[in-house]
Amino acid sequence: MLLIPCPWCGPRDEVEFGYGGEAHIARPTDPDALDDSAWAEYLFMRDNPKGLLTERWVHRNGCRRWFNLLRDTVSHRILAAYRIGEPPPARGEFP
Amino acid sequence: MTQPFRLQVGGLIDRGQILNFRFDGRPYEGHPGDTLASALLANGVRVVARSFKYHRPRGIVSAGAEEPAALVQLETGAHTEPNRRPTDIALYDGLRAAGQHAWPSLGFDVGALIGGLGPLVPAGFYYKTFIQPRALWRALWEPALRRMAGLGEAPTLPDPSRYDKRHVHCDVMVIGGGPAGLAAALAAGRSGARVILADSDSVFGGALLRRFYRIGDGEGAQWAAGAVAELATMPELLLLPETTVTGLYDGNYLVAVERVGERLGPAAPAGLPRQRLWHIRARRIVLATGALERPPVFPDNDRPGIMLASAVESYLHRHAVMPGRRAVLFVNNDDSYRVAATLAAAGIAVAAIVDPRPEAGGAARRLVEGMPLYSGHVVVGTAGRAGLRRVWLRPRGRDGSAEGSATAIDCDLLAVSGGWNPTLNLFAQGGGGRLRFDEDLAAFVPGVTQADIDCVGAAAGSLGLGRCLAEGDAAGTRAATLCGFGPSGPSGEPSALPETDDREDTAQAPLAAPLLSRRGVRCAFVDLHNDVTAADIALAAREGYAAIEHAKRYTTLGMGTDQGKTGNIAGLALLAAATGQTIAATGTTSFRPPYVPVSYGVLAGRERGRLADPVRLTPMHDWHVAAGAVFEDVGQWKRPRYYPRGEDMAAAVRRECLAARDRVALFDGSTLGKIELFGRDAGRFLDRIYINRWQNLAVGQCRYGVMCRDDGMVFDDGIGTRLAPDRYFLTTTSGNAAAVFDWFEEWLQTEWPELEVFCNSVTEEWANATLVGPRARDVLAALAPRLALDRATFPFMRVREADVAGIPARIFRVGFSGELSYEINVPADRGLALWERLIETGAACDIAPYGTEAMHVMRAEKGYFIVGQETDGSVTPLDLGLGLLIGRDPDNPDRDFLGRRSLARSDTARPGRKQLVGLLPDDPEEVLPEGAQLVAELGGTPPLPMIGHVTSSYYGARLGRGFALALVEGGCSRHGEPVWAPLPDRIVAARICPPVFYDIDGNRRDG
Repeated sequence: MLLIPCPWCGPRDEVEFGYGGEAHIARPTDPDALDDSAWAEYLFMRDNPKGLLTERWVHRNGCRRWFNLLRDTVSHRILAAYRIGEPPPARGEFP
Repeated sequence: MTQPFRLQVGGLIDRGQILNFRFDGRPYEGHPGDTLASALLANGVRVVARSFKYHRPRGIVSAGAEEPAALVQLETGAHTEPNRRPTDIALYDGLRAAGQHAWPSLGFDVGALIGGLGPLVPAGFYYKTFIQPRALWRALWEPALRRMAGLGEAPTLPDPSRYDKRHVHCDVMVIGGGPAGLAAALAAGRSGARVILADSDSVFGGALLRRFYRIGDGEGAQWAAGAVAELATMPELLLLPETTVTGLYDGNYLVAVERVGERLGPAAPAGLPRQRLWHIRARRIVLATGALERPPVFPDNDRPGIMLASAVESYLHRHAVMPGRRAVLFVNNDDSYRVAATLAAAGIAVAAIVDPRPEAGGAARRLVEGMPLYSGHVVVGTAGRAGLRRVWLRPRGRDGSAEGSATAIDCDLLAVSGGWNPTLNLFAQGGGGRLRFDEDLAAFVPGVTQADIDCVGAAAGSLGLGRCLAEGDAAGTRAATLCGFGPSGPSGEPSALPETDDREDTAQAPLAAPLLSRRGVRCAFVDLHNDVTAADIALAAREGYAAIEHAKRYTTLGMGTDQGKTGNIAGLALLAAATGQTIAATGTTSFRPPYVPVSYGVLAGRERGRLADPVRLTPMHDWHVAAGAVFEDVGQWKRPRYYPRGEDMAAAVRRECLAARDRVALFDGSTLGKIELFGRDAGRFLDRIYINRWQNLAVGQCRYGVMCRDDGMVFDDGIGTRLAPDRYFLTTTSGNAAAVFDWFEEWLQTEWPELEVFCNSVTEEWANATLVGPRARDVLAALAPRLALDRATFPFMRVREADVAGIPARIFRVGFSGELSYEINVPADRGLALWERLIETGAACDIAPYGTEAMHVMRAEKGYFIVGQETDGSVTPLDLGLGLLIGRDPDNPDRDFLGRRSLARSDTARPGRKQLVGLLPDDPEEVLPEGAQLVAELGGTPPLPMIGHVTSSYYGARLGRGFALALVEGGCSRHGEPVWAPLPDRIVAARICPPVFYDIDGNRRDG
């Protein structure tokens, strides 16, 4: 079970959190400008990297805040946690 | 003497106290300090169980949790537990156990006849033999095999024991309390770090308890006791004896089972938990789990009396029990020669020491001086039906096979050792731990891991005592330092390690492939737990199951409750030899938790029965119970389904529906999800979330709303009310309240943080009594005399605040039944009082309470859909005919809302999608089953194209007939067309119609 560093509450067990999928996928501001394929890209298509991934989590049974994690999907190491609206850490900082 | 195999001196047992126990119905005696296994051996019980597949007699092989063969059924009735190993059951007074698999008795087992059929039931036998005909398999073979094979009996009664859980964090978790673990705990503990030391055994010391080791000036066990005494004084150190760490998971998360009241058996005090489950989060882990001895594979290597050399040593030294009176050793490493010396010291004749190596080390040879030593020999066979009587040896030829003439040696004990395997189950379970095959040690050792683990001592492949202490000390210091605690010595210096009497006698011979004749392989057991033989492994390799994970599943090697603790490595070696690969290339199977079997009881803890899941009750619940309501579960809520009055459900529901349609009825709507939204941008936010508009709703008005996910599929619906310009009150479906609240928060926090909106869940703050029916106005008027209720002043879709029966209330003129209806919301603690006053006042109009079933019938008669019944995540608002709900904003004609763009996707906009329709069966008494598939024409060859399915179906009380809602391809343009529902026992003809059956103009609803 992961130990997730909530940026508001500190480290807590994974059971307190909900997963929200890949982070930094903004909802298009003008959906009508997108054709079906581009809209489907936003709706359905997600990266599934072996390695570093930025992802959204919500401290559902805690402060109820959404935030982002940078996590290695191979080692399950959490490399950074940051609040919504903050830029993702540069991946070059991590091996 | 009642314990003929008990030594008169020595051992960690209390001879002054007698513990009485029964095994297979016979009475025996033992002492505190015994395990069930040692007590059985002391009493000369050799056959403890029958084997899984061939029903061969099996005895005790090991002295620990790795025991593969001697499985017992512990206790009886509600306390019974199958598949227990007598080697890890601490003996208690009154214990009852029985050997497993035997019928009718251990001594005479009918199933043993199968043993003679061994060659006929090789691996894969079931797959090959019983695949056809299938009927015969179900009717004959499977029941017969299930009776013959299988493990112990699962209990059929609820577990009466109590189980507890604890959650803890620590700096350093030391797993294993042998010399390495104790040294690590001392070093880490002296630094002041928070340390937990856990060991499966009831006494700390590990291998130090098994034989005489010198540490410093005294005996190893004494050193261990001293170490424990020092650890016990440390305020931040927690000692957990009798605690098995069963799983290691990501993030240094460990699960352990502590045996608490279990050592007292069923007679333990009621308040004492039988076991306790520990959830441990450690910053660093020191793995000092030791090593398990591996048995060599040779013909008939499973007879009672054939025992791991380390187990022999343990029973002699720790339990003062003679596992036999005349012993032979078959060992491939120098360390095991000490066992011969220990046996001789206990007065047990050592008839032979058999070693496949050409020559043992000098020190080892000196230990056994004067004993018959057969270097370069192997055991090629054994005899003895109910216990070992004789072994045969042969010289080992240059190519590894046995040659020359056989020597027979009489004995009743064969101590075997094929070397040691580091216990790395935990290491490999979590943290991405990978094992590496060490050719020098001929064993798997720790490789890379992502977890914060240090392996020390035998677990790391370091078999010498001096190295165990040194590595433990270094790892304990390192772990504490990494957690921010300084060097461990009192003066800030590392503590000096004591001297040991360690000798260079720990080298292991490579694990040679066992030496087997063609005939012998069929009874040379690799996995005693599952009766897998060397022949089975060879067969798997021949038949193409050459990958280790395939061979495992084909042969069942390493499966079951034992997980191959003793047998896997020999199986690997055999498979490697058969496929011409190295052991390293063959690899291991995956290690999965738990390390030892864990009972469901301890996993559940106290979260069972009523505490298994929270139960949510409305404020009026007690009234419903008193009224004899039948309840249904809606999520965690208990809701009245109907209120029978000496009638069946159909009659009760009909009566309740007619009360609402003709007079007045009362419904408990308290479970409805309720969310209040505040803030400057609340309306703007809702306009983006719902398909309909909210900004143009006047204060005091209500509106029905539907929301979609961004893929255009209906997610939830409910009624919203504008209480103030910046304040909305929204209801959700009962089951989706939390999901909708989360949905709001998600969009507010992640996508539109600039919106000033605050959400508050108020589901439990309000009780809701819904007053329904043409006389509803009369009842309410009697209780709220100051409230104007006429149609013009308080019309449909409005809210008013007023006192009802003296209780401040919000009254919503909305409904889900199609009748005149008032949803009266009052503070939750006044809900029951309101309900009772409404029932009391309504008595004049013959008011009836109604449940969810009547609610469903009435809403379906009106064509109101239910999220999750008419929808399944693939239904759009357009499919439900709700296109007109989509609110247009004259100032913003392109108003976007979640799901809007998706409604124009090629798939959601295509013709021929399933759409909501009504169905009227041709036979008015017919009620279609929900879920029934529909076809447009009969005849032709099955499968017929299915054009839709029934989503809701009831008998309409006021309609006086059965009716249904359905999703049908292109349904909106099929009104009037016939469809058929082919059911298993009949074909139902029905006609498609619009999905509104009652009060189509809405006059009754508008009151």
